[in-house]
Amino acid sequence: MNRGIGLATLREWWRKLVAPLDGPLMLIAGLLLLLAIGIMASASPERINAQLINMTVALVVMRILAQIPPQRLMHLAVPIYVAGVLLLVAVALFGDVSKGARRWLNLGFMRAQPSELMKIAMPLLLAWFFQKREAMPRLRDYAVAAILLLLPVGLIARQPDLGTAILVLAAGFYVIFFAGLSWKIMIGMAVAAVAAAPLAWNLLHDYQRHRILTLFDPEKDPLGKGFHIIQSTIAIGSGGIFGKGWKSGTQAQLEFIPERHTDFIFAVFSEEFGLFGNLVLLALYALLIGRGLMIAANAATLFSRLLAGAVTMIFFTYAFVNMGMVSGILPVVGVPLPLISYGGTALVTLFIGIGILMSIHGNRMLVQK
Amino acid sequence: MEFKNPQEELGRFRSRIAVAGGFVLVCFMLLFARFLWLQIVQHDYYQTRAEDNRISLVPIVPNRGLIVDRNGAVLARNYSAYTLEITPARAGDLEKTIDGLATIIEIEAKDRRRFKKLMDESKSFETLPIRTRLSDEEVARFIAHRYRFPGVEIKARLFRQYPGGAFASHILGYIGRITDRDLEKIEAREEDANYRGTDHFGKTGLEQRYEFDLHGISGHEQVEVDAGGRAVRTLTHTPPVAGNQLTLTIDAELQRIAEHAFGDRKGSLVAIEPASGGILAMVSVPNYDPNLFVDGIDSQNWRELNESPDKPMVNRALNGAYPPGSTFKPFMALAALELGKRRPEQAISDPGFFNFGGHHFRDDKKGGHGMVDMYKSIVHSCDTYYYMLANDMGIDNIAAFMGRLGLGQRTGIDIDGESEGVLPSQEWKKKRFRKPEQQKWYAGETISIGIGQGYNAYTPIQLAQATATLANNGVMFRPHLVKYVTDTRSGDKRLIEPEPLRNLQLKPEHVEVIRNAMIGVNKEGTGARAFAGAEYVSAGKTGTAQVFSYKGAEHKTESMAAHLRDHALFIAFAPADKPTIALAVLVENGGFGAQAAAPIARQVLDYYLLGRKPKAPALPDEAAAEGDG
Repeated sequence: MNRGIGLATLREWWRKLVAPLDGPLMLIAGLLLLLAIGIMASASPERINAQLINMTVALVVMRILAQIPPQRLMHLAVPIYVAGVLLLVAVALFGDVSKGARRWLNLGFMRAQPSELMKIAMPLLLAWFFQKREAMPRLRDYAVAAILLLLPVGLIARQPDLGTAILVLAAGFYVIFFAGLSWKIMIGMAVAAVAAAPLAWNLLHDYQRHRILTLFDPEKDPLGKGFHIIQSTIAIGSGGIFGKGWKSGTQAQLEFIPERHTDFIFAVFSEEFGLFGNLVLLALYALLIGRGLMIAANAATLFSRLLAGAVTMIFFTYAFVNMGMVSGILPVVGVPLPLISYGGTALVTLFIGIGILMSIHGNRMLVQK
Repeated sequence: MEFKNPQEELGRFRSRIAVAGGFVLVCFMLLFARFLWLQIVQHDYYQTRAEDNRISLVPIVPNRGLIVDRNGAVLARNYSAYTLEITPARAGDLEKTIDGLATIIEIEAKDRRRFKKLMDESKSFETLPIRTRLSDEEVARFIAHRYRFPGVEIKARLFRQYPGGAFASHILGYIGRITDRDLEKIEAREEDANYRGTDHFGKTGLEQRYEFDLHGISGHEQVEVDAGGRAVRTLTHTPPVAGNQLTLTIDAELQRIAEHAFGDRKGSLVAIEPASGGILAMVSVPNYDPNLFVDGIDSQNWRELNESPDKPMVNRALNGAYPPGSTFKPFMALAALELGKRRPEQAISDPGFFNFGGHHFRDDKKGGHGMVDMYKSIVHSCDTYYYMLANDMGIDNIAAFMGRLGLGQRTGIDIDGESEGVLPSQEWKKKRFRKPEQQKWYAGETISIGIGQGYNAYTPIQLAQATATLANNGVMFRPHLVKYVTDTRSGDKRLIEPEPLRNLQLKPEHVEVIRNAMIGVNKEGTGARAFAGAEYVSAGKTGTAQVFSYKGAEHKTESMAAHLRDHALFIAFAPADKPTIALAVLVENGGFGAQAAAPIARQVLDYYLLGRKPKAPALPDEAAAEGDG
């Protein structure tokens, strides 16, 4: 009897726990996390425990976010953004230098990387901004949005952290794009960007130029900058159709793949599971993105829609840029493979995104009613 | 201001979502296309690249062939030892690295100097030894501190070792690190692959001449390596084949006795088996310790060896050219007989000098030897007899005969870099000098040629070979040091055949005359004292060669600076009737041949023929004192 009550209570608890969660998203994210554990066991088994803790923290954060209604999030948009920009300024002034980049802010009790915060703060703010424009957004609004976007992007790029800058820029751009920026302007901007490329080239740091140059001809510098790309390409290519098998990738196990538990973990995966594994991974990402776009399409408010669309596309950006750079079609910028690469920061950021998507999905009807 | 139409706005948003979805699909298809390209189209290529990454072919250096004497005594061998090696290109600040290493492992100034020298001679990506022969304890100490020293590692290597030290060093030669010039030789023989893991190469002596026999065939190991180049496991193993063994004609004990007999003195001895040309002993003293070169010699030792006035690095047996002095006389006499210029019994009267164009060529003995025939001319070493003979024969006749005896030309011994010496003739003088007045041969110059002076200059091996040819009744063999080469794999012995160079077709009765006279030398003549009480019959001839020309003046040996003193010479063969050994001895600045050189020959013959070793093991000092007396 007692046991029956206990079981019923547990069931009730469980129902409450999972109520705000979205089944399909949870399933896809869960599969990706299982894949992550599996590949981590091969790439860097000693880090599994740490990564399991990271995953737990990320899932808790996701669960919390899933319960916060979008309206609440909207109220937080401005303070978070302002705080984020201030922190970025603080980093620029007082930040710790690590590996030649000033990215970290020492808060005494912990070191924080405020640029990571902007990946969520940016779409949040711009979605808020367009929600606030009652009318059809006009050119001036886009211009303001662009300034709000470029301020933190510029600060991050100066650290320099090209990878994060690109992700934040993309996140903001997706909001503007979903808000309806006209194709003419986008094409015009694209043309202008191409025209301004030589100028931008001069503004890049030497190591960034090097990365782009080695992308075009990695063999030129096989032991230096090209080493990463060459070795990861060899890993992928030698994986073949079905891969060399779990824990049997020679490139990975003999440490030819650099940063094989973080940014280059895809090379390990691809070497051991081959084209077949890649297809599974691409499919999971496609499903995750598809589900996210569906949630965006059905969201209740403009804010929710823009936010959901942008957050979803962040996943895409992570996945595409990472796999593109590891397989040698994009320059090497520090972007991890979403949900798979080792590291807590990116994982928490991404699960905040999933939590937001779940919250938006859970609240899709409420406002309209 | 246009107010928004929710439906229209939603429609536009959804179309943007569709565009985004389409974009995602296109991008993913792009990725997929890339994967197809890498993993299917280019798979084989990348598979090979991955294997190349993974598998490293590590050459295994073969054991260098041993060198043993005719009785199997080991003269050159190998031992395995740990070395501490630095790859300069990977080590960063070298001074700091070495200072750091010195705190855990003893590194002497000598080691640093040697390392510096190796650095200058090699490329920075090669690994170079800073210390050799580490003890197990030192190895353990380094391993504990290894993390502090990038580019520094312990290696187990085989080292060449010459157990006798300086013993027979001019025969054996030494090995040293491969230089660009050695590489050219290796490439010329298309041995590059075989030498991939080898870092030593024969530099002089037999080590140089028989390099490609001694080296062996490299084995190799396919090793799986990680990105840091560390071996993870061995995949295949092909063992190396050790180098071939050289068995020498040298008798190590005889060589040792001969070397000791010189004591502190400089000089050379070559002993040959007349019937084969096999060299029984070849001494050049002072010698040097070839072990110094194996790990790379340090600059101080190198300078000492090279700048020493005693020239220990010069192989006097092959590269020292000396006037033969009176040891030339038996060959002159033989030439006279063969050319019909003298009959054995034909005697001359010796007033103590020979007058040529108003110039007195003096005899050693004041007042002369009286009536001198051929026998007496050799036994008592009468100069006047040979002044006259030389004058009668003429320089070109002398040159032609001596040339056939092998004097003034390379013998073809199996060591590189042999000198030619000087066989004077009209033609030689024309080539040698530039000015026309110097090119002309003057008849007066022929006179002193007759007693082995003048332009005459022959290497000890040439003298030994000429003596051996005489002992062998005119059949001349190519002198050689290696008896046979043993193929490691098959065990087959490749014999270095006795190679008859030529037969001089000497008349046996002529040889007999000379032989008898040379027996007389050791019985009743200039060699009698040295050979007193010998239990065998030997034939010999003493010689004293002037280092410097003292025009007509009397001179006393004791009062002269050591380096201006005469060279002492002695040639001999024994047993006289059926010679098994022929030799030439030269003691630089030794004074009289009878005093300085003949006793050395006696010790060598006593051992070789009777197995008798010198009574008091000739301590260098004692031997020297005896020689000077």
